[in-house]
Amino acid sequence: MTWRWKAKEKTQPNWPDYLASRAQRVREPRLASFYARGTLDPATPIGEAPLVAMDFETTGLDGSRHDIVSVGVMPFTLERIRPADGRYWVLSPRRQLSDESVAFHHITHAEVAGAPDFNAIIDDLLPMLAGRLVVVHYRQLERTFLDAAIRERLGDGLLMPMIDTMSLEARIHRQSWWARLRRWAGRPMASIRLHESRQRYHLPAYTGHHALVDSLATAELLQAQILYHYDWQTPVSALWR
Amino acid sequence: MNVEQLDIRGHMAQFAPFDNLPDELLDRIAGEVEIRYFQAGTELLVKDQPIDSLWYIRSGAVEMYQRSGRLFNRLSEGDIFGYSDLLRSNRRVRYPVSAIEDTLIYFIPGDVFETVCEEDDDFAEFVETGGQRLKVTVEQQRDDSGLMTTRVRKLINRQPQMVEATTTLQQAAQQMRDANATCVLVIDVTETQSAYTFTGPDGRHWKLNGILTDRDFCTRVLAEGKSPQTPVGDVMSRRLIVTQSDESVYEAMLSMLRNQVHHLPVLYRRQPVGVLHLSDIVRHETHSSLFLVNNVFVQNSPEQLAKLAPEVRTGFARMVADGANSEMVCRALATIGRAFTQRLLELAESELGPAPVPYCFMVLGSMAREEPTINADQDNALVLDDDYDPDLHGEYFEALASFVCDGLDACGYPYCKGDVMATNARWRQPLHVWKRYFTEWMEEPNGERLLHSSIFFDLAPVHGEAPMVESLQDLVAELAPQRPIFLAALARNAKSRTPPLGFFRKFVMEHDGEHRKSINLKRRGTAPLTDLVRVHALACGSKAQNTFTRLDDIAETKLLADGVTERLRYAFEFMSMVRIRHQAEAVEQGIEPDNSVDPENIGSRERHNLKDAFEAISNAQKFLSFRYIMPTRQGSSKTEPDRLGSPQGSASHRVSR
Repeated sequence: MTWRWKAKEKTQPNWPDYLASRAQRVREPRLASFYARGTLDPATPIGEAPLVAMDFETTGLDGSRHDIVSVGVMPFTLERIRPADGRYWVLSPRRQLSDESVAFHHITHAEVAGAPDFNAIIDDLLPMLAGRLVVVHYRQLERTFLDAAIRERLGDGLLMPMIDTMSLEARIHRQSWWARLRRWAGRPMASIRLHESRQRYHLPAYTGHHALVDSLATAELLQAQILYHYDWQTPVSALWR
Repeated sequence: MNVEQLDIRGHMAQFAPFDNLPDELLDRIAGEVEIRYFQAGTELLVKDQPIDSLWYIRSGAVEMYQRSGRLFNRLSEGDIFGYSDLLRSNRRVRYPVSAIEDTLIYFIPGDVFETVCEEDDDFAEFVETGGQRLKVTVEQQRDDSGLMTTRVRKLINRQPQMVEATTTLQQAAQQMRDANATCVLVIDVTETQSAYTFTGPDGRHWKLNGILTDRDFCTRVLAEGKSPQTPVGDVMSRRLIVTQSDESVYEAMLSMLRNQVHHLPVLYRRQPVGVLHLSDIVRHETHSSLFLVNNVFVQNSPEQLAKLAPEVRTGFARMVADGANSEMVCRALATIGRAFTQRLLELAESELGPAPVPYCFMVLGSMAREEPTINADQDNALVLDDDYDPDLHGEYFEALASFVCDGLDACGYPYCKGDVMATNARWRQPLHVWKRYFTEWMEEPNGERLLHSSIFFDLAPVHGEAPMVESLQDLVAELAPQRPIFLAALARNAKSRTPPLGFFRKFVMEHDGEHRKSINLKRRGTAPLTDLVRVHALACGSKAQNTFTRLDDIAETKLLADGVTERLRYAFEFMSMVRIRHQAEAVEQGIEPDNSVDPENIGSRERHNLKDAFEAISNAQKFLSFRYIMPTRQGSSKTEPDRLGSPQGSASHRVSR
């Protein structure tokens, strides 16, 4: 079965080339300077890579209909996570905040009322991501929402390589021959949600659904995944998507 | 502060030494923490590697090893390590550390660690090892005792006598006489409010203006020749020293001493609620135990005495709750135990008639050391005059012994399971036989004799001819220092019960890494300590029986290295206190007190202190082998070390010491 996702790997974009070409074409100065920083050499060992965990809380799952309500970013390396370097913003969604999402994120209407628009944090956010490899749990969400939010405000989208701790977990617990065998035998699939994934590595439980806590939780999870299933020499190209 | 730092802070705030840090320092630490995950089996710190942070275990567990490969400690969630290395000048790792589970570490940078040490004495004392921590804790406990924590209002049991300034001296004196009071407070209606005004039941503002005491009636009234019709306001003392009802008794006492007064009006929101007299404090301090002792001596039968047994338990629990230290609690229990014994002997003598020959009733073991706890059983014996004739006097003393031992059992001092009681004919002997026993035990020790030595060499007279027992104490003090074989054998026995290494989560951790569910604090803590102190005390010819007093005697001889006796003293005090508190809790819950403590009920701070105490005992036990070496004597099989065996084991547990 392995040939299938090896084949998939060949179709993934060559990130350094993609970023370089975007740097050439993008007019918007903030995006241009982001792209100009480029990304890591694909051969960089993960143990030496500057990383940044990122987590969004959103009003829903559809990037075209829903908005980001909070952003947490946590720069780190496999050697150390420094929570003091983390940043967190509560944002004002352009569309209405539903009561369900209030209950889910514990972010209240009042908090959101005085919060800035995403536009106001772009100047702080992009430099924190530039030159670092972004780590998220479930890349579809962060990638889509970041792309949409930037596109709406700067007129052009933003794509970058990301390590997705959820898909790393899926590779191990869902796509391995053992996981397939278990599923064939009718056993339930291992949960690859952030909290359940962390439990497999005996990481402590955190109060969930806070963008900064979740980005810290994601950073710790990656440290554990690398030790368990890879090593510090693994090139970033084997991990990013 | 970010929310994830709040999580870090919240976690740390549960564990020593962070639990006592001021908010501002805790914030600073939480704000500087760095995080890293380690897989089970990873070596975290290698010997001699430089170290620049304090390591805090957020989740998981680690092990530390000594150079010899011996397990030094096992730590889990909320524990810290690396601090002793950080405090060393070269900042290098002494004991290697490995993760035994997947472990998430919070690093506290070395400079932050230093700052916190500088700014917070408690934190600094906690991380400075070498018995210091235990000392601090014990001294804090001492400071916290009784006077410091008891509030003044607890000692106030009646309303103050109050009069207006216009009241005549005679009326005031009559009021004092009728209320059996030693002073009156002088109050008057006032318009303006001040620190002394309060609202009376009539809704008017009243002001406390002065005080007139029975002493004032002597110095200010009679000596000055004032008429009984003089208004109180003319002679009262206007210099008012007051205290607040929530003030500590200790502060109130200091205030009395500082101001040379014996009466302190006590205020609650400016309203006088009572008057504290110096004698109230004295009574409070001595109340619990002396009151009971007094009661013991007025009972006229063993049955009546037995009815006091529950009071002993409640009195014990109250003393512990009031913050008494182990020495105070144990001495009180010893005094009470001796009172019961004495009273039973008096009752026995009035029933059986006066003793035909002089005798002395002695107590042994913990009662003789004045260290009994609430669940102590009885250990006693009879020393009879050398004119004792079994045919003539045997029956009398047998009856006397039965009367007392049965009575003690009924009063809550159960029969000794090892039969160390005056009812045992072997332990009801004339003085010369006792001297022969003691001499034999020291000259030709064997398993049984060593066991006897460790019980009978803690001895004290309770009733009768005290000099008889004192002569036995003299004999032991004189012979023991010159009996190296005896001392070496006793030293060996003193090592048969060892303390555990410490605690790990819900378990007691042994030196081989094994886990146990509970710890017998007597068998694994206080008893090994009293055993080893006894060896040193005998070696230096001390006649003291009490472990603390013995440690004083030992300290004077330079037999132990500097600071060792002090460490043992703190270790003993701390372990005794944990044991006593455990028993007091049992008494309060109405369950039978024992010595077995569940690690789940031991707090984060206590764990660290107990580990230090265990370590102090462990080191002292090791020192015994160096200090008391078995002399090699060929041809004498009796004293060959291997033949002495270990008499402890099951036998020792049956005999309470």
